[in-house]
Amino acid sequence: MTAPTPGRGAAFLLGVRALLPMHLGVVPFGIIYGVVALQSGIPPLAAVLMSSVVFAGSAQFLLAQLVGAGAPGLLMIGAVGLVNLRHVLYSASVAPMLRALPRRWKVLLAYLLTDEAYAAAIPHLMSGAAHGHWILFGAGFALWAGWQAATLVGVVLGAHLPADLPFDFALPLTFIAIVVPLLVDGRRIAVAVFAAALAVLLEAWPYKLGLFFAALGALMLAGVLARRSEP
Amino acid sequence: MSLAMVMLVCGLITFAIRLSFIALEGRYRPPGWFVPLLPFVPIAALTALVAPDLLLVDGQVSLGAGNPRFWAGVVAIAVAAWRGSILLTIGCGFAALWLLRLAAQAAA
Repeated sequence: MTAPTPGRGAAFLLGVRALLPMHLGVVPFGIIYGVVALQSGIPPLAAVLMSSVVFAGSAQFLLAQLVGAGAPGLLMIGAVGLVNLRHVLYSASVAPMLRALPRRWKVLLAYLLTDEAYAAAIPHLMSGAAHGHWILFGAGFALWAGWQAATLVGVVLGAHLPADLPFDFALPLTFIAIVVPLLVDGRRIAVAVFAAALAVLLEAWPYKLGLFFAALGALMLAGVLARRSEP
Repeated sequence: MSLAMVMLVCGLITFAIRLSFIALEGRYRPPGWFVPLLPFVPIAALTALVAPDLLLVDGQVSLGAGNPRFWAGVVAIAVAAWRGSILLTIGCGFAALWLLRLAAQAAA
């Protein structure tokens, strides 16, 4: 291991800072997860370990529900796979930018590749920022640490906490702040509007599949619009 | 199946999904039409993630006074387009949500 140059440290901190506002929404969500997991009959140690073994917010909520309902193991595994399917798009999106990294980096960044870390880092990665993988690592690590701490608080303090915290709105606001500056032309605006419309139409689909197919549908539109704009 | 086993397999599946294209990069060539679409992934995926949060109330599209999150979202979009600052967008979005709720309480 070589000592990180200031450039890498700065990139790591840039990623951490880009993620920090999301903690306003993520931390209450993690606390509620801890509470819900215990209520579903998951032992405290398993509830805490789940946050590092699975490390996927909505999938963990679903797992807790299914455990509480006494669902069969295979169903739970299938459901978690479907809920997390959207991450394949993030993987495809960052793959070219991580191509040259050693395998241990790819493994680490894949483990940390959540909605939030992806959103926080992708504008920097796309603009070709130096040490982009350190930015993604900083964002991923900041989310991971916050999620573990929040789970622990939820499991330990549980029912003593106020249930309704208004800060969950921080997450959509942060995603808006990340996406809107990317909408630099009509084609990108059309893709965003179409993704929003499809996501609303398909919202009732189980296991967040509507979200995945809305994103896929909007990507198809991007392809169609590109073909049309060619001479 | 024990809970520990379910957890472990769920963790492995989640990790495998996230690793998929990252691990395949360089060994597998995605179809030619797919590669130019990659820059659109953040817009398509993150918009799809957020839109139902802002547009739906109890599963129904609601763009009226009964959905302050939508209007606070509109304010946030305007601020983000105008300045592009994340903290300013969050601040104005929360301020708008708070004012709209106050107004709704005053009207009720």
